[in-house]
Amino acid sequence: MKKKNRNVAIIGSGMSKFSSHREEVNQPELIHEAVVEALEDAHLTMDDVDCVLHGNMELFEMVHQPDMWHVLGTGAWGKPGVRLTTGGTTGATLACAADNLVASGLHDVVLAIGFEKLEEGHATGGITNMADPLWGRSLQTGALTGTAAQKLIEQFGEERAKNAAIKMRIIMDEHAMRNEKAHRRLRLDRKYMKQIATQTPPLVGELRMIHMCSQSDGACAVIFASEDKVAQLGANPAWVVDHETVHREETLIFNSGKSTHRVAAERLYARNGITDPIHQIDVFEMYDPSAWWGVDWLGDFLLCESDEHVKMVENDQIAIEGEFPLNPSGGVQASNPIGATALVRVAEAAMQVVARRANTRCRVM
Amino acid sequence: MAKHRGAGGRVAICAVAQTKFERDKWQVRFQGMLWEVVEKVLRQTGLQFGAGGIEAAVTVSDDVFDARTISDGAITDVVGAHHQSEEKVAADGAQGVYYAAATILSNHHDIVLLAGHCKESQSASRNQITHLAFDPFYTRPVGLDYVAAAALQAQAYMARTGVTEAQLADVVVRSRKWARENPVAQETAAVTREQALAAPMLAAPIRQSFMYPVSDGAIAMILASEERAAELTDRPVWITGLGNCYDSFFLGERDLAGNFSLERAAKKAYEMAGVTHPTDAFEVVEIADQYAHQQPQYAEGLALCPARQGAKWLADGGPEKQHVNRSGGMLAGNPLILGGMARVAEAVIQLRGEAGSRQVPGAKRALAHGATGPAGQLQTVVVLEN
Repeated sequence: MKKKNRNVAIIGSGMSKFSSHREEVNQPELIHEAVVEALEDAHLTMDDVDCVLHGNMELFEMVHQPDMWHVLGTGAWGKPGVRLTTGGTTGATLACAADNLVASGLHDVVLAIGFEKLEEGHATGGITNMADPLWGRSLQTGALTGTAAQKLIEQFGEERAKNAAIKMRIIMDEHAMRNEKAHRRLRLDRKYMKQIATQTPPLVGELRMIHMCSQSDGACAVIFASEDKVAQLGANPAWVVDHETVHREETLIFNSGKSTHRVAAERLYARNGITDPIHQIDVFEMYDPSAWWGVDWLGDFLLCESDEHVKMVENDQIAIEGEFPLNPSGGVQASNPIGATALVRVAEAAMQVVARRANTRCRVM
Repeated sequence: MAKHRGAGGRVAICAVAQTKFERDKWQVRFQGMLWEVVEKVLRQTGLQFGAGGIEAAVTVSDDVFDARTISDGAITDVVGAHHQSEEKVAADGAQGVYYAAATILSNHHDIVLLAGHCKESQSASRNQITHLAFDPFYTRPVGLDYVAAAALQAQAYMARTGVTEAQLADVVVRSRKWARENPVAQETAAVTREQALAAPMLAAPIRQSFMYPVSDGAIAMILASEERAAELTDRPVWITGLGNCYDSFFLGERDLAGNFSLERAAKKAYEMAGVTHPTDAFEVVEIADQYAHQQPQYAEGLALCPARQGAKWLADGGPEKQHVNRSGGMLAGNPLILGGMARVAEAVIQLRGEAGSRQVPGAKRALAHGATGPAGQLQTVVVLEN
């Protein structure tokens, strides 16, 4: 593994309350909530921040170059900054970028802000606009697809696959019940698993309303600092060890071999000496836009070759009390302010590392 | 002050390619436009995509201009990012240079492809797009767009400094003169001062001739660490200074005639590059003059002349003496989001001695500038040396 120019740590984070309608705040005000909480968490003021990163999707709120208006909430006035946007991955891209910008030596303390206020636009319309206008748009159903369900059913049989998906959905809701910031806290009861699985409205194929993530308003802010700054501030750091980004070419969707998740995980594990991810990783915050994707992608991220990931759902291994806690925050199925969502994963993971350091060495993805 | 990459840690630009900038590249989609320049930088460097070659791409584009959400998804194949990294900077391309350099200074990557595209011709109206940059409560209802914002900036600047409409016309005349020497420039037809002054008024005092034209085009660059640059070119151009800064959003909260954010961006870049006397530090200066009045205004912000002395700077032939915008500048035509990236591209071409009839002989150090947002809210400054 290449040595970083200098080490980088997360020293604080903040989130707005996530909800379907944050009508009482405008966009900069929503961002401001997260920024203030992150600064308080890190015991800093804006004077300590020397770069502000911003990310979301323009066509969701139909605001062009929104970092301009959002300066009112981001605190970037008089400061350097960069705006990055890569779709659902935006928040993670912001974390990678903050890592790069601090490691580069250009900046000592970087504030990364992911944002979305989906109630002000039309998320499914916006996502449909991703597709090529000539080749794919007429087939697009936004983020709602039944392909992951189809794949799992083919792999594991209808009953087992459906049970795994709804079990994961309920576990995620149990986790969300412990997270006051989460958008959907439904108090789903395992007793009614069968009814929940069959009585919620179908969307596409075997994807039902209950499986799908929410459409949320929310912002997340995470503060990254150099090793020197961490020492100087006496901060409680979660070190950023490495990052990896993998894309897929859009028109070869049906013929691209390994999933991007698996390729990214393989590279990250190889560089960082992870040979047994299930036992070497203590907690995993995953971008799981639906319960079906959640089950399927868990298998890819953990490099499962058979049905290990399905078993992990079936035997409650992914519950907070289990051996491999997945999304203690409730994950994306509970809250999905898209441009913030992946950064929330990073923030939640950092909080877990810092909180658990006293007890055990902890490695988080 | 932050520390920079350890022993010998520098970033080089090893290759640059630009399409010809045109009013409407109706015959090609943005993917095809971008492939034209990516293919050229691959040929220039002999690089291939993948481990040991181009490991990552930083792209520059805008979803609203592209009319596609996550529009970088449409060019993953073009920039070789299938099962590789691609990160999109959604701002002026000089910001892309800033971020791409950081990914190398951090030691995360050694070789990065920077690729930007925009087809302004796709939109019925650029003003409709930039209108959407204003908040829906206070500034959108009064009809602001980037032209209106720039007009307020121009009025404030001209009132403070005494720069005249005739002087702005001369900026345009000079832009066209140099654009004729630049094979990729769009607006090359000669104009007289009188013709420039007779152009239709868009938003007083900005006339059509004083504003950058609707433009389609793409730019690609290869950035590399010092360790790898020698493999790729015998004429690397080093990025020695980087700075950027945001101003406030509401125009009424800003000193519109001043250069709050540009002065801070320039200060950072000059400190990093060790530039102490900017007036004579650069053989080549490229300013993103989206509007004619911004050439003298931003020259002040870049400390190429004293503050409030833009009129005198123009009258004394400052732009010619300091070799400002021999590319023709933005007034000769670049898409808004590629304005600063095209300035960096021209700086690289000049420092490689490849600028033909517009070459500044013996150019050693260049200054390139980019601006994003209404009336230059976000300013980016890049210092380059050969």
